[in-house]
Amino acid sequence: MPIILDKVNHVYGADTAMAVHALKDVSLVIPDGQFIGLIGHTGSGKSTLVQHLNGLMRATSGNIYFNGEDIDAGDFDKRKLRSKVGLVFQYPEHQLFETDVFTDVCFGPKNLGLDKKEVQLRAYEALKLVGLEDDYFYQSPFDLSGGQKRRVAIAGVLAMKPEVLILDEPTAGLDPRGRDEILGQIARLKQETGITVILVSHSMDDVAKYVDRIIVMNQGSVLFDDVPRAVFGHYAELEQIGLAAPQVTYIMKELRDNGYDVSDDVTTIDEAKEALLRYLRGKGRKR
Amino acid sequence: MLRDITLGQYYQTDSVIHRLDPRVKLAATVLFIISLFVFDGIAGYVVAAVFLAIVIRLSRVPFRFMVKGMKAIIFLLLITVLFNLFLTPGEPLVSLWRLTITREGVRLAVFLAIRLCFLIIGSSVMTLTTTPNQLTDGMERLLRPLRRIRVPVHEVAMMMSIALRFIPILMEETDKIMKAQMARCADFESGNVIKKAKSLVPLLVPLFISAFRRANDLAMAMEARCYRGGDNRTKMKPLHYARRDYIAYAFVIGYLAAGIAAGRLLAVFL
Amino acid sequence: MGIIKVKDLIFEYIRRDEEGNVEGITKAVDDVSLDIKQGDFVSILGHNGSGKSTLAKHLNAILYPTEGTVWVDGKDTKEDAHLWEIRQTAGMVFQNPDNQIIGQVVEEDVGFGPENIGIPTDEIWERVEESLKAVGMYSFRKFSPNKLSGGQKQRVSIAGVIAMHPKCIVLDEPTAMLDPKGRKEVIRAVRALNDVEKITIILITHYMEEVIYSDRVYVMDKGQVMLQGTPREVFSQVERLKELRLDVPQVTLLAHELRQEGVALPEGILTKEEFREAFDRCVRERQETNC
Repeated sequence: MPIILDKVNHVYGADTAMAVHALKDVSLVIPDGQFIGLIGHTGSGKSTLVQHLNGLMRATSGNIYFNGEDIDAGDFDKRKLRSKVGLVFQYPEHQLFETDVFTDVCFGPKNLGLDKKEVQLRAYEALKLVGLEDDYFYQSPFDLSGGQKRRVAIAGVLAMKPEVLILDEPTAGLDPRGRDEILGQIARLKQETGITVILVSHSMDDVAKYVDRIIVMNQGSVLFDDVPRAVFGHYAELEQIGLAAPQVTYIMKELRDNGYDVSDDVTTIDEAKEALLRYLRGKGRKR
Repeated sequence: MLRDITLGQYYQTDSVIHRLDPRVKLAATVLFIISLFVFDGIAGYVVAAVFLAIVIRLSRVPFRFMVKGMKAIIFLLLITVLFNLFLTPGEPLVSLWRLTITREGVRLAVFLAIRLCFLIIGSSVMTLTTTPNQLTDGMERLLRPLRRIRVPVHEVAMMMSIALRFIPILMEETDKIMKAQMARCADFESGNVIKKAKSLVPLLVPLFISAFRRANDLAMAMEARCYRGGDNRTKMKPLHYARRDYIAYAFVIGYLAAGIAAGRLLAVFL
Repeated sequence: MGIIKVKDLIFEYIRRDEEGNVEGITKAVDDVSLDIKQGDFVSILGHNGSGKSTLAKHLNAILYPTEGTVWVDGKDTKEDAHLWEIRQTAGMVFQNPDNQIIGQVVEEDVGFGPENIGIPTDEIWERVEESLKAVGMYSFRKFSPNKLSGGQKQRVSIAGVIAMHPKCIVLDEPTAMLDPKGRKEVIRAVRALNDVEKITIILITHYMEEVIYSDRVYVMDKGQVMLQGTPREVFSQVERLKELRLDVPQVTLLAHELRQEGVALPEGILTKEEFREAFDRCVRERQETNC
């Protein structure tokens, strides 16, 4: 179900001297089935933006439509929206509270008022989707490793069967393998279920590898909104706002600046490898 | 929301009040609070209002900022006022259904409202102009004689200082966990008292766990920085009374005298 | 003997189940020996749970060895008489920026350590000023820590440690909770302290980009040091690092993957300039053989 944002503004502390204009005229269309990367430095408005998508925050002005319905209309069911647009916060393992993993994952679907059987079925499916082994189901979530806890927390949102899944920095604080595992899991999930995924991230390397559209936020506005290749082509502007393209893009640029006829709109290691091999197999000559 | 509570938050600016010795501010606040209960009549409150206005003006903290702190307790204030308004026996003024408003009730309610407002504003002037560290330093010094009877004055002061430092952090954390559970369709609002209390479990359990984790981290960080209690510690900002502090004491005493005198005078004239 | 020497260190802790019965014993650090020279920049890499943080806490006498010995500036950490000297010599910065700042104002926090070790008031002020300047936070001295970004908070924490005039600073994943900008700020501050003040740095991290400037890298797994050497030596072992749940900088990985396709690039390339030079050589060689 598509989400449409029409000139959404959000002002914190609107009637005080310390008013902060966190979102400025943000208009976006999020169609079904996309894998979107949302990037921007801390304070750029990306966290505020995602909290609007599931109705946790209310726009100061502008409209948000979920499947054609205005989510701020009086008769709109916010709870249903939250189950359809699942939001996984940063460090989501800090929200775990039940005595065992399975019961914790049941919390979301139980709140939806489903019958017990359906709740358990969904919890089971969700835990399978994040790749947690059965052995851990009845352990205390607090005895798991950091990466496992995080997966349980993500399962807690998946168990509501959202159609849009938003993850705010799902890899923060994980080691490289843990990071790859979580992102790989999300990519697989995306492929298997076809849901829309919005990945909020600082890591350009990660974003470049997985997403098919990047939205760059800066000072509350959308600065770029395009395919990764096109967005990272603006690396100079990205650097100005404290972001950067993936390191491979810079390697290719370095080669290009030194006379090699290779394209610099490369964003992943695999693409760079292909491009350089093609170059070497070809004429292999400097311009 | 939760972050709007300004009580206990330091407001950064430079003013005479900010520069006063925290002991002066503590003593003045205590005296001011006592005065509110000693003064019994409109004259005393006028003097108190003038005193408060002067202090606020001198502190350079925007008045709006202080009023914002009141929002958090407006509910408490309303209840107290209403109770007094309706439940004080005396000469009836208006009768609404079974409730009667009496002349004494009105008097009591108005006075109480004034007292509470002044009390809160008065103490928030102190917390807004004094860093918690200065505050606890001041308290530690004022209460130092109690160490002779084995009251752990330094430890209590340190605990308070840390608690104050972590209040805003835990507030933000509460907000975050609440939102995270709301994203899982948790409902914190509807239902009866028991259901509401139960709905707080998903909020309180993570909050306690987080608080313990922070306490643990902090204890380790303090030890790593050679913290070992109050003995042999030096002070970065030792407390010395300056001329302005003596002037401030004189000013507070003047205020008390003026308040009492005003009450007497009014009584004589009426 | 270097500023920090660790010999045959073993640290065990007892796991208990919910009833408090002993479930087993875990060796968090298993036979580690290190010798760190004064003025070195040393990095310790390892995945979560590899024992690197446990090791770090031994260097500041927060934990004591079950077996083996740790000397800080020649003093055995197990001897209580040296405890405060050791904590002053080897300062420590932790992961969570919020949970290590005690003061409500930046300068008061930086003064906390010197107060604890009984420095006279005037000197505390001097130390606070120089420490905040060293990390570029002097203009924030009157700020509340709550108003600072993560990177700024960590720099304040570092200043708080420098104010105790340590010979060595142990940073236990100081950047794990920061955004890229904050990470850069912190690493820049740490490198400056090493370059200018010659303070020994022990940086614990799992961000590979942060260790390429260090003099020596140790890689830990299961409580043991599995790899050690210069960054180039360590990053030459891409496959081994992957087995240890780590990775390498993208430039190193790209060179490694091309090498596997038969391109004659060396292992352990750390910067894009190095990559370009190696690529130049490789292209030249190809042209020569083709001709």
